[in-house]
Amino acid sequence: MALPQPKLDATEARIAALELPEGGWSAPARKDALARLRAMGLPHARDEYWKYTRPETLVSAEAPKASVFEADEAPIFGERDRLKIVFVDGVFDAEASDELALEGVEIARLADATDIHWAKDLYGTLEANGQTPVERPLAALNTAFATDGILMRVTGKVSKPINLIYHHKSDSSDAILHHVVKVEQGGDVTILENGPAAARFNKVMEVDVADRSGFHHVRTQGRDDERRAATYIFGRLGTESTFKTFTLTVNGVMTRNECVLELNGDDAVAHVAGACMGDGDFHHDDTVFITHDAVNCESRQVFKKVLRNGATGVFQGKILVKPDAQKTDGYQISQSLLLDDDSQFLAKPELEIYADDVACSHGSTSGAIDEDGLFYLRARGLPRGIAEDLLTIAFIAEAVQEVEDEGLQEEIVERVEAWLLRRRG
Amino acid sequence: MLEIKNLQVKLEEEDKQILKGVDLTVEAGKVHAIMGPNGSGKSTLSYVLSGKDGYEVTDGSAELLGEDLLDMDAEERAAAGLFLAFQYPVEIPGVGNMTFLRTAVNSQRKARGEEEMSSTEFLKVVREKAKSLKIDAEMLKRPVNVGFSGGEKKRNEILQMAMLEPKLCILDETDSGLDVDAMKLVADGVNALRDEGRGFLVITHYQRLLDHIKPDVVHIMHDGRIIKTGGPELALEVENEGYAHLIEEEA
Ligand SMILES: Nc1ncnc2c1ncn2[C@@H]1O[C@H](COP(=O)(O)OP(=O)(O)O)[C@@H](O)[C@H]1O
Ligand SMILES: [Mg+2]
Repeated sequence: MALPQPKLDATEARIAALELPEGGWSAPARKDALARLRAMGLPHARDEYWKYTRPETLVSAEAPKASVFEADEAPIFGERDRLKIVFVDGVFDAEASDELALEGVEIARLADATDIHWAKDLYGTLEANGQTPVERPLAALNTAFATDGILMRVTGKVSKPINLIYHHKSDSSDAILHHVVKVEQGGDVTILENGPAAARFNKVMEVDVADRSGFHHVRTQGRDDERRAATYIFGRLGTESTFKTFTLTVNGVMTRNECVLELNGDDAVAHVAGACMGDGDFHHDDTVFITHDAVNCESRQVFKKVLRNGATGVFQGKILVKPDAQKTDGYQISQSLLLDDDSQFLAKPELEIYADDVACSHGSTSGAIDEDGLFYLRARGLPRGIAEDLLTIAFIAEAVQEVEDEGLQEEIVERVEAWLLRRRG
Repeated sequence: MLEIKNLQVKLEEEDKQILKGVDLTVEAGKVHAIMGPNGSGKSTLSYVLSGKDGYEVTDGSAELLGEDLLDMDAEERAAAGLFLAFQYPVEIPGVGNMTFLRTAVNSQRKARGEEEMSSTEFLKVVREKAKSLKIDAEMLKRPVNVGFSGGEKKRNEILQMAMLEPKLCILDETDSGLDVDAMKLVADGVNALRDEGRGFLVITHYQRLLDHIKPDVVHIMHDGRIIKTGGPELALEVENEGYAHLIEEEA
C-alpha cells in the first residue's frame, strides 16, 4: 500500500539526513529495517497511537536544539559499585568508561563489533517482531541507522549493575543508540541508565531473556528540560524468567517511552513501571504493549504521573492474551496526580483477551491531592508544602516499589523529593 | 485555655448555618465533655477549631492561650498546641505511620523554635508509648491508618496525641466503634496525659467513656448551640432519660 505523500516525503527527508552504516554483521539487519521503515513511513499525528503525542519533532530531518543542562547535584547511582559505560551525545567515551569486562557478561560496542557476532541473530529481530500489530517506525529507523550501542551477553549472575551513563554536551546532538541484551539461561543482570543523552535521543534496547533467567532495569531520564526522546524496549521472555523495568522521568519537553514485551515461556513474570514528574512545557508518553503467549504468566504495568503548570501525561497500555495463554495474571494501573487545573492526563488502557481462564484488571484515574489527607497531615502540624510533597511521594510509591532493590528505591525517592523541594514556595 | 465566644459558622458552599452561637471555656487541667444528638454540630465545632476548609465563621471568636485560633493555618494551630483526635481518622496510602509521626513531631518542634527529636530518641519514645496502647511494630510500619480496624485507628489517634503532647486535646467520638477493652486502652491513654497544664474537650454520645475519663464539666449541644451545662451528673441524666426533655426545656 502506498504511503500518503506527506508521510512519504517526511520519511524520505529524514532518511536523507542520515547515513546507513556499511558492512559488518549488522548490515543485512539494517537493510531490512530500512525497508520496514520505508514501508511504514514515520509516525504522523493521524496514526492511531500518535493521537495524544505529536510526533513532528521526533521525526523531523533535523533535531530541534536543546540547551545543555547543567546539573547542580551529583548523578544518581554514583555511590554504588557498578560498571560504568559512558556515552557523550550518543558516542561511546572509552576514557570515561570502565573496562568492558565483568564476570558473567560479555560486553562489546555496537560500533566496534564488525565481525560475526552472537548479536547477529538478535539485532533488529525483537524490534521487527514488535512491529505487529502496532507499528513503531522510529524503532525501525533506529535499527537501520544506530551509530553505537552496547551488546551484552549475560552468561551468569552478574555481581554488580552495569550503568549506562549518558552525557549531553552539544545543543544540537541527535543521537541514535541501539543496545542488545541477551540473558542466557540462569543469567541475571541489572542495568541502570541515567543522564541527559542528547538534544534528541532515539534509543532501542532489545532484551532476550532466556528460560530461568532475570533482567532488571532501572533508569532515570532528566533533568534536561528541553530534551526530546523516543525510547523503545523490546523484550522476549522465556520460561520462568523475570523481566523488570522501571523509569523515573523528570522534565523534558517531549518523551515517548515504549515497551513491547512478549511472554513466550510458561510462568514468566514481567513488571513494567514508571513515574514521571512534569512541570510546565512537559509532554510524557508511556506506550506499553504486553503479549501473553504462554501459560501462567504474570504481567504488571504500574504508571504514575505527577503533572503541574500545564504539563501533559499520556498512557497507552495494552495487555493482549493469546488463546493458549491460560492462567494469565495481568494487571495494569495508570494514574495521574494533577497539581493544578491546567495539566492533563490522557489514557488509553486496552485489554484484548482470547483465553478464557485469565485474571486481568486495569484502571486509570486522574485526580488532585486528597483534601482530607492534606488536612489530616496539617492538623498534625505538617506545613502545607511538606504535607503536599509527602502525599505526592505517596502517590508514586506504588510504581517505585516495583523496583526490587530498596537502595535504588530510596535513591529514586530522593530525586523526586529534591524535584519537589525545588518547586516548593 | 480555650475560649470560644458566640461562635457562628456556616458552610462555605451552601447557605447553611451549623453553629449558631457557641460559648465555651475550657480551663487548663480540666476535662469538658460535649454530648448531643447526631447532627447537632459537635464535629463541625472540632473541625472549625482545628482549621478545616469549607466553613465560614460569620461571627464570634475562638482563642487558645490568648491567641486567635481562627486566624491561623491548621498547622499553626497544631504547633500552638491544639490536637483533634478525628471521629474518622483518614487513611493515607503510601505514607508510613512512623515517617508521618516523626515528621509531625519535628514539624511542630521546628515551628515552635525547639530542637528536633533525633531518630534514636524518637524511636525509643514511640515504642514505649505504642506499647502501652498495644500498638505493635507492624502497625507502626504500615501506611497511616490503611487497613487498620476501627479500634486500631482510634488507638493510633491517641498515640499521635501522646507523641505530640498538645495543650488542648479535642476527642471527637473516640469511643465510637470500640469494644470495652479498646475503650479502656484509649481511656488509659487519655488519663495518662491528664495534667494541670492540659485541657480536654471530649465529644461523646455515651456515658460509658465518661466512666473512664471523668469529666469536670458536661455540656449538651443541640442545633448548633450549647443548651445546658452541668457537672458529671448531667451525663448520667442523658444516659437515663435521653436528650428529648433537655431539648424541650430549652425550647
Ligand atoms: N461539609 C458539610 N456539608 C454538608 N452538611 C454538613 C457538612 N458538615 C456538617 N454538615 C451538617 O451540619 C450538621 C452538623 O453536623 P456535625 O457537626 O457532623 O454533627 P455531629 O458531629 O454533632 O453529629 C449536620 O446537619 C450535618 O449534616
Ligand atoms: Mg460527629
